[in-house]
Amino acid sequence: MTETSTGRTAGTATETKKFNIDTVANAAKTPDVDLPWAELGLKQNEFDEVVKVLGRRPTGAELAMYSVMWSEHCSYKSSKNHLRQFGDKVTDEMKKDMLVGIGENAGVTNLGDGWAVTFKIESHNSPSFVEPYQGAATGIGGIVRDIISMGARPVAVMDPLRFGAIDHPDTARVMHGAVAGIGGYGNSLGLPNIGGEMVFDSVYQGNPLVNALAVGVMRHEDIRLANASGKGNKVVLFGARTGGDGIGGASVLASESFDDTKPSKRPAVQVGDPFAEKVLIECCLELFKGSLVEGIQDLGAAGISCATSELASNGDGGMEVELTSVLLRDPTLTPGEILMSESQERMMAVVTPENVAAFEAVMDKWAVEYSWLGEVTDTGRLIITWEGEVIVDVDPRTVAHDGPVYDRPYARPEWQDAVQADAFTGSVQDAGRPSAPADLAAAITELVASPNMCDKSWITNQYDRYVGGNTALAFPDDAGVVRVDEETGLGVALATDANGRYTYLDPYHGAQLALAEAYRNVATSGAVPMAVSDCLNFGSPEDPDVMWQLAEAIRGLSDACMVLGIPVTGGNVSLYNQTGSVPIHPSPVVAVLGKFDDVARRTPSGWKEDGQAIYLLGTTAAELDGSEWSNMRGHLGGLPPKVDLAAERALGEILINASRDGMVDSAHDLSEGGLAAALVESSLRYGTGARIALQDVLDRDGVDLFTALFSETQGRALVAVPRSEEIRFTDMCTARGFPHLRIGVVDAEGGTLEITGVETMNLDALREAHEATLPKYFG
Amino acid sequence: MTELPLIGEAIAVAADAAGARRLAGAKIGVITFPGTLDDRDAARAVRLAGATPVELWHADTTLGDVDAVVIPGGFSYGDYLRAGAIARFAPLMSKIIDAANSDARLPVLGICNGFQILTESHLLPGSMVKNDHLKFMCRDQVLCVENNTTAWTRDYAAGQEITVPLKNQDGQYIADEKTLDALESEGRVVFRYVGFNPNGSRRDIAGISNPAGNVVGLMPHPEHAVEAGFGPEIGSGTEGLGFFTSVLNKIVGDNK
Repeated sequence: MTETSTGRTAGTATETKKFNIDTVANAAKTPDVDLPWAELGLKQNEFDEVVKVLGRRPTGAELAMYSVMWSEHCSYKSSKNHLRQFGDKVTDEMKKDMLVGIGENAGVTNLGDGWAVTFKIESHNSPSFVEPYQGAATGIGGIVRDIISMGARPVAVMDPLRFGAIDHPDTARVMHGAVAGIGGYGNSLGLPNIGGEMVFDSVYQGNPLVNALAVGVMRHEDIRLANASGKGNKVVLFGARTGGDGIGGASVLASESFDDTKPSKRPAVQVGDPFAEKVLIECCLELFKGSLVEGIQDLGAAGISCATSELASNGDGGMEVELTSVLLRDPTLTPGEILMSESQERMMAVVTPENVAAFEAVMDKWAVEYSWLGEVTDTGRLIITWEGEVIVDVDPRTVAHDGPVYDRPYARPEWQDAVQADAFTGSVQDAGRPSAPADLAAAITELVASPNMCDKSWITNQYDRYVGGNTALAFPDDAGVVRVDEETGLGVALATDANGRYTYLDPYHGAQLALAEAYRNVATSGAVPMAVSDCLNFGSPEDPDVMWQLAEAIRGLSDACMVLGIPVTGGNVSLYNQTGSVPIHPSPVVAVLGKFDDVARRTPSGWKEDGQAIYLLGTTAAELDGSEWSNMRGHLGGLPPKVDLAAERALGEILINASRDGMVDSAHDLSEGGLAAALVESSLRYGTGARIALQDVLDRDGVDLFTALFSETQGRALVAVPRSEEIRFTDMCTARGFPHLRIGVVDAEGGTLEITGVETMNLDALREAHEATLPKYFG
Repeated sequence: MTELPLIGEAIAVAADAAGARRLAGAKIGVITFPGTLDDRDAARAVRLAGATPVELWHADTTLGDVDAVVIPGGFSYGDYLRAGAIARFAPLMSKIIDAANSDARLPVLGICNGFQILTESHLLPGSMVKNDHLKFMCRDQVLCVENNTTAWTRDYAAGQEITVPLKNQDGQYIADEKTLDALESEGRVVFRYVGFNPNGSRRDIAGISNPAGNVVGLMPHPEHAVEAGFGPEIGSGTEGLGFFTSVLNKIVGDNK
């Protein structure tokens, strides 16, 4: 099989067909030809702008390029004005370890010892609704290629997922397809899947969120950027052949709301080949090792249009490419389709003439197909020819960077006040709040069996968490931890979080809460938070309510990053996640990356050793609005928990120090489901129970037992402290003025979770309830 | 927790510098096909056992001077057509088949996709089909070492239970009844799943050997249970290391 598909075919031009090619010369002569700009997703003003930029009508090929590159997905035209805050609100502390910032394929952060790490989170939402398996699979493929493009070896992936109601008939279709797609693709790449999220909410019924994160590591000298420099250098396309899949994926699918009146968009979803991607990874790493490429760019959204225009505009500004040299899967493709195709597993690189032979040797070794398309020029023009006839002649900047930018109108929705006034406490849904011991035990069991709080191993057991041999923590722990350097134990931790309910109630603070939780999760594992990547999933920016949510979320996130001292190094915006006029909850998914000097110091989320003291860090207020408890009772209103970033930072420092100095054996952050969820999860992690008494918490914080268990006050964590470390640990908390209370002990023998005032809960019964939910719905 | 009767002989050999050199002098090849995933992990396991891993490339036409070969896990050629079906035709595989069948009885271990390649190569009987539940499954799996006389299991006790990761999509071992009976009667069922059969394998078979015991294949991944903290949470987390010390001891013992 490999024998027939080597680079021997390279350089042989695709057999060309006799299209009625729309050349630049033809376009100049025929200004009044009707072009399908509206069908390609351009608006009238945008088409007029293209004509103005070119000084003539665009050719068919040029129109294809502008339409995809100026789409919402590729150009960020609605969010750009707001996203600037991530670059503007940056302190020296935040710049300290940033080697490559926003704007490249992925940001790069310094890890020390000559190591660097790059990570990024992206959405693949719309394709995953249309065709869940391939949509989710190619989501992994795309983000992994972003990481390779930076010169890094990918080392892990994570998948935050948000689907519709667990009992809706269509949810199983999306669930089975997306999880199998993530597993089928990611497992075949040899990348451990180390974490993620799973949220069920009917707001995602027609717009599931399938986000994918990848992280890679490299030596500093291996960092690669996407630019084409050096006149006379060769431009090469390698990897899979170009086919008809994914045409218009970015412009049509990812940049529009779904609408029943239009034909099926299935052909716009790309189809993945994980084997081709795995070979591409190894082949690229060998190219980097030999310093055989000057610039490299993956082909994702907008395919060759994006790769050529971005490489050219980031380099010396010129490139000439012969499009018939592109190797095709489908010989009937038109030039415009070739330019727009989003076929997967392709890369474009710039190679010096001296390195051409060595480059070809690497391709041949890995049996990867390639074709030389053209070369870098210094003309400042991107020129694409078809059998020598010029079909594209543009300034690449106008395609890649100077797309339209919109200051979309936005305003605080009229309904926001009413929603915020509708607190859970005292609402109809709050009737019959449990207080008797048996009722509280039943409530805790119901909580940990609920769709969002239940055990997720039905999903995670379909992912390989071991491959690579460097996974130090994975689900269900607070963060995924991967070793980078086997000699020193240097490693990274990653967590992703978002709470669409909080963000719906208050977008500014909701986005900050997502960041705070991801930050807390990373610190809970013992890592020092260093950088942020975000995937901003929102509805239509043309709706002023949604636009306000987006603007507020970005403002909130960028403000919070300043306080926490960690920069946003990359990410993506996914808009138009709405069905008809109903948008999803605003869902900014925030990924935080942290660093370990030695991953051996990581802290797991469960306790093991009998007799260890359990401490609750932080104070508890009555904050049930937007909580999982209120969700279970069908209520959404009021204000989300308060954000206290100074407290988060203080708590983070305590958890990091405790991990480094061996003061805690387990740590688990308190978030959705509050203390009740954390106590059950820490007990079930290793099947080791605990005896808990919360009277001191109730007295200190002035809350009742139900509130202490179910409130979602932020800035809290649960830790197990060995007896020998208790004094040192409490002294540290006291010295830092951080509230801490001893609430119980680990009970290895009892097989129960005992909480004073709550009927004793048997761990086996809790586990059965916790683990039964997903199998019940998904088999 | 199961105590691993670790290294034994090898530690004794390594007690002096010359002994350590002899261990490190043992070369264990790890073959990489396009789509192989656990090759670097297998090489790490070889190194942690004290031997020297040697990278082998599927297109190579000579085996060099390796003392044993590991065919690691992954998705060679994407598992397209059938798991292991294309990899078996690699130039280096014919050398490995010859060396395994020669009088020298080259020790060969096939893990997961490596096991599938060994059955496709007819070095081992039977075949693997899709898990009975049709899903990829990743879990910490308990195995019983039924035969501790093979080249890859001599450092274990007979009947010893070990926990190693299992992760595959096509892990259901099948063979006709006659073959299964023969495997049982000849003591060639080397590993059996304990407590839970994760894929519907016939007679809970997790791994088998050829009649001479130099070729062993199994679906679970011993190379992912060689370093505490990076393997299973049940047991010591290093209960797969015995595979690699076993073959190392055999090589060093044979070369004495």
